[in-house]
Amino acid sequence: MSLVSPQAALKKTPLFDFHRAHGGKMVEFAGWSMPVQYKDSHISSHMHTREHCAIFDVSHMLQGTLSLFTNNKGGIIDDLIVTKTDQGYLYVVSNAGCADKDSAHMKARLAEFKASGSDVDLEFLDEALIAVQGPSMSQVLQEGLKEDLSKLPFMTSALATVFGIPGCRVTRCGYTGEDGVEISVPESRVVELTERLLAHNEVRLAGLGARDSLRLEAGLCLYGNDIDESTTPVEATLVWTIGKRRRQAKDFPGADIIVPQIKAKTTRKRVGLVSTGPPVRQHTPILSPDGKVIGEVTSGCPSPCLKKNVAMGYVDAAFAKNGTAIQVEVRKKAVAATVCKMPFVPTNYYSG
Amino acid sequence: TIHFTTFVCIYKHIKMNIPAELKYTKDHEWIRIDGDIATVGITDFAQGELGDIVYVEVETVDETLAQEEVFGTVEAVKTVSDLFLPLTGEIVEFNEALEDEPEKVNTDPYGEGWMIKIKFNDASEVDGLLSADDYKELIGA
Repeated sequence: MSLVSPQAALKKTPLFDFHRAHGGKMVEFAGWSMPVQYKDSHISSHMHTREHCAIFDVSHMLQGTLSLFTNNKGGIIDDLIVTKTDQGYLYVVSNAGCADKDSAHMKARLAEFKASGSDVDLEFLDEALIAVQGPSMSQVLQEGLKEDLSKLPFMTSALATVFGIPGCRVTRCGYTGEDGVEISVPESRVVELTERLLAHNEVRLAGLGARDSLRLEAGLCLYGNDIDESTTPVEATLVWTIGKRRRQAKDFPGADIIVPQIKAKTTRKRVGLVSTGPPVRQHTPILSPDGKVIGEVTSGCPSPCLKKNVAMGYVDAAFAKNGTAIQVEVRKKAVAATVCKMPFVPTNYYSG
Repeated sequence: TIHFTTFVCIYKHIKMNIPAELKYTKDHEWIRIDGDIATVGITDFAQGELGDIVYVEVETVDETLAQEEVFGTVEAVKTVSDLFLPLTGEIVEFNEALEDEPEKVNTDPYGEGWMIKIKFNDASEVDGLLSADDYKELIGA
C-alpha cells in the first residue's frame, strides 16, 4: 500500500491550528486542508455522533446572504441550504467545491435582477461555520443560549448570542441525519466557541470521514459524487426540492426539461443499495441479475451502524423499485445486492 | 492503489511498535521468516494510518506470485489499498479469522492480525527486505 504525503498550498480554516492541536489528521479536500479524523477512530467517531454529539468544522463551505436566488439548467449546479431569515434576506450555505461557480452564477443572476429594477444584493460572509450534530446537541447548546431551542425547528434559522459570543447565526440543519445545528460565528471567536462546546462531556470532534459515512447512512447526496450538472432533480429523486408554485410557474432555469420529467418519468433513477461482503465504492458497476450493466454506484461505504454495505447510485428505471435483487461488480466479481429505500438509518430531525 | 494523505510529522512523537525481529517493506508490510515460510501482515503504523479495517480480501491462496504482485486488498471505511507480495512464492494460507474480524488488523497487527503465509522460493529476496531500523527511518519514527 502507499502512504503518500503531498502538501500543496491549501486553504486553511480558522480552526486549522485547533485541529492540529487536537490530533486532527489533515487531508486535502476541495482545495482546503481539513481533518479527516482526530484521535478517535472513524467508526467510534461515527457512532459517537449517532449516540451523543459531535462538532464538525464546515468553514470551507461558502456562506452568503442574498435576497433572491434561482439555480438549475436541467442539471444541478449545486445543492445548497437556503434559509429565509427574519431580517429580510435569505441565508445560503453552499459547497466549497462549488464556491467559484456558485458565486459566478449568483453574481450573473444578480445583475439580471438589478437590471430589471429589483432591489437585490449579495454578500459573501467570511465567518467560520461549525456543525454540531447528534441527539444531545440541544441539551449541550441550550446551556449557552438564551433563546429556547425547542422553538427552532428543522430548517429554520435565528441570530443569537451563543456562550456569550454575539453575532452568531444558528440554523437547525445538518448532514448526518441527526438533530443538529450549523453555527456561523465570527472568525475571531470560533476557537473559543468550539472549546466551550467541546468542554461538555457529551461532545467530541469529528472529521470528514465520519461526516461522509453519516450522510450516506442518512441517504443524503454528496455534490460531485451523487449529483452534478449532468443529473436532473427528477433522476436524483430530489423532486421535493421544487415547490408546487415553481412547478406551475416554471420560472427557474431548466424548468422546460425538469417539469415534464416529473410526469413522464426518467430512464434512470438514484436508488439506495445494500449488500454484504466486499464494500461497495464509487464507480462500482451495477448489474442486472443476468449480468448486464444497468448503472453505477456514486457513493458507498460499509455502514458502521448497520454492519453491512450501503451505497447509492443510478440504475435503469426498470430496476429502481425497492426490494429489487440486483448485483454489483467488485474487483471483477458479481456480488448480490438489493435496492433499498433511503435513509438507510432512520433520521432524527427536530420538527418542533 | 488508493493514495491517501497523511502528516507523518504528527506521529513522530508517538512511539511506534516496530518489532526488531521482523523484516519490513516500503509498502508497510511486516514479514516473519520461519524456515521457508514467511508470515505477512501490515505494520502498526499502516493500520494506524488506514484507520478501522473493515474488510480484508485474499483470493490468491494456492497461487504462486512474484515479489511486488498484488495478492489482496485491505479496506478501511473510506479507503481501499492493494497488498503487495513481499517475496516471490506460493501463498499457502490466508488468515480466515479476518473474514469475520478484520478489526484484528487494528488491535493486534503483528499477532492475530496476520494476513498470509508464503512458501518463498528465493532466500536472497529476504536479504533485500528492510530491517526494523530501516523501516523506522522510512516512516520517520
